[in-house]
Amino acid sequence: MLRQASRLLARPPRLAARARPFSTDLPAADQTADATFTEAWNKVIPNIDPPKTPLSFMQPRPPTPSSIPSKLTVNFVLPYASALATKEVDMVIVPATTGQMGVLPGHVATIAELKPGVLSVHEGNEVTKYFVSSGFVFIHANSFADIIAVEAVPLDQLDANLVQKGLAEFTLKLSSATTDLEKAEAQIGIDVHSALNSALTG
Amino acid sequence: MAALRREGRRFAPLISPRPITAVRSSPIAPTHEDEGPIGVRYISTQVVRNRMKSVKNIQKITKAMKMVAASKLRAVQTKAENSRGLWQPFTALLGDLPSVDVKKSVVVTISSDKGLCGGINSTSVKISKGIHKLNSGPEKETKYVILGEKAKAQLIRDSKKDIELIITELQKNPLNYTQVSVLADEILKNVEFDALRIVFNKFHSVVSFVPTVSTVLSPEIVEREAESGGKLGDLDNYEVEGGETKGEILQNLAEFQFSCVMFNAVLENACSEQGARMSAMDSSSRNAGDMLDRLTLTYNRTRQASITTELIEIISGASALEG
Repeated sequence: MLRQASRLLARPPRLAARARPFSTDLPAADQTADATFTEAWNKVIPNIDPPKTPLSFMQPRPPTPSSIPSKLTVNFVLPYASALATKEVDMVIVPATTGQMGVLPGHVATIAELKPGVLSVHEGNEVTKYFVSSGFVFIHANSFADIIAVEAVPLDQLDANLVQKGLAEFTLKLSSATTDLEKAEAQIGIDVHSALNSALTG
Repeated sequence: MAALRREGRRFAPLISPRPITAVRSSPIAPTHEDEGPIGVRYISTQVVRNRMKSVKNIQKITKAMKMVAASKLRAVQTKAENSRGLWQPFTALLGDLPSVDVKKSVVVTISSDKGLCGGINSTSVKISKGIHKLNSGPEKETKYVILGEKAKAQLIRDSKKDIELIITELQKNPLNYTQVSVLADEILKNVEFDALRIVFNKFHSVVSFVPTVSTVLSPEIVEREAESGGKLGDLDNYEVEGGETKGEILQNLAEFQFSCVMFNAVLENACSEQGARMSAMDSSSRNAGDMLDRLTLTYNRTRQASITTELIEIISGASALEG
């Protein structure tokens, strides 16, 4: 307990110095949200340090440049790993719910939901393809694209036989489904498997 | 029995030659004493030996717990670091508004199930209570959703009516996204909220855990903040593809954000728990070691004192015979 007390006492003067190891050179704008919160906190609860918020742990994004940049910066994240982190590419094609959407540098800012399908990343002459289950893609005005998917596998790890079996299984389930919930689950299974199928063949 | 022996000895000097008394005693609890010649009192070596044995066992146990916590930490730490990229796109898009003014806020407190992990659970509970206080006012209400036994024990005492949902035994199976998303689904279904504030301990290093609060806003509040300008002002510039309405996409977005942020928060808290347990057990084994040193000194002193007393008896007896 004494260790906690000495840590708490020592913390306030070190706050400024501690900000640097986290490489957060926050521009003034980002500090304001934190500042109102910190002030409100200190008024109501003066004895305890205010908790940190996610903004202080994030690298700030660059502002929108005046001319269209040549490369698109892509962050492709999954719950288990960051598949691509601030990688500069030429183009990505994402499977949005409205169809395959190509994203180039300078694309208008968009929020799109993804459906199961193939995501391809084009860098120079090489194309990397992933099958994504679903997720979201945010395209920002500064040519940053954030793709957040729940599951993604490179195409060569898919087994065609299992896909066919799964498709057959879910089609069967749909025909024998009674409640809406079962029907919806079977429909989702069919969607995913047919997308897998077309990914493998197409 | 010991008392009778003492009584006998007290009367003994009337009959036999008085031995040399060493130390004047002060009244101490009878059971611990082994009284030699009159006035000399010292703790029995047996008692000290027993205490040493139990302290040594405790030291072994805490050392083992530290090793176990270290290995568990290694396992969870890679997962937590990999999941750190998950919440960043959401904060980049929607910003972070901990000071947003809403009517219904829900505080999700993440804590551990097991104890002996230092002060992290108390810190989380203190911060949660602080946020509750911060968001109190006319027409505003704050409810709690509790994950973990330790926070439940602390919050149920004074905020019982504010608790909406309690979830325990989170770490029975290794943490994965599916489990957390089911959890998030439960919370979203059962709790009405305008803003969700997730309180957890972010893992920086084995000795440093920072309490953090992540805010997830409901789609209506996102719309409201976007319209009023300010931080979310340029949200309107974003084209929304797909779906019938923008509201539907924002709804899905909010739910997805919540599950992603929860996943990261739960992993970070698990890391912090193991790290805190490591340092707690480490200081505990060090304390046990110190205690053991002091007990060893006492033991040796006691042993030497009894030897000296025996010698004194022998020598004085011999000199009494001679002289």
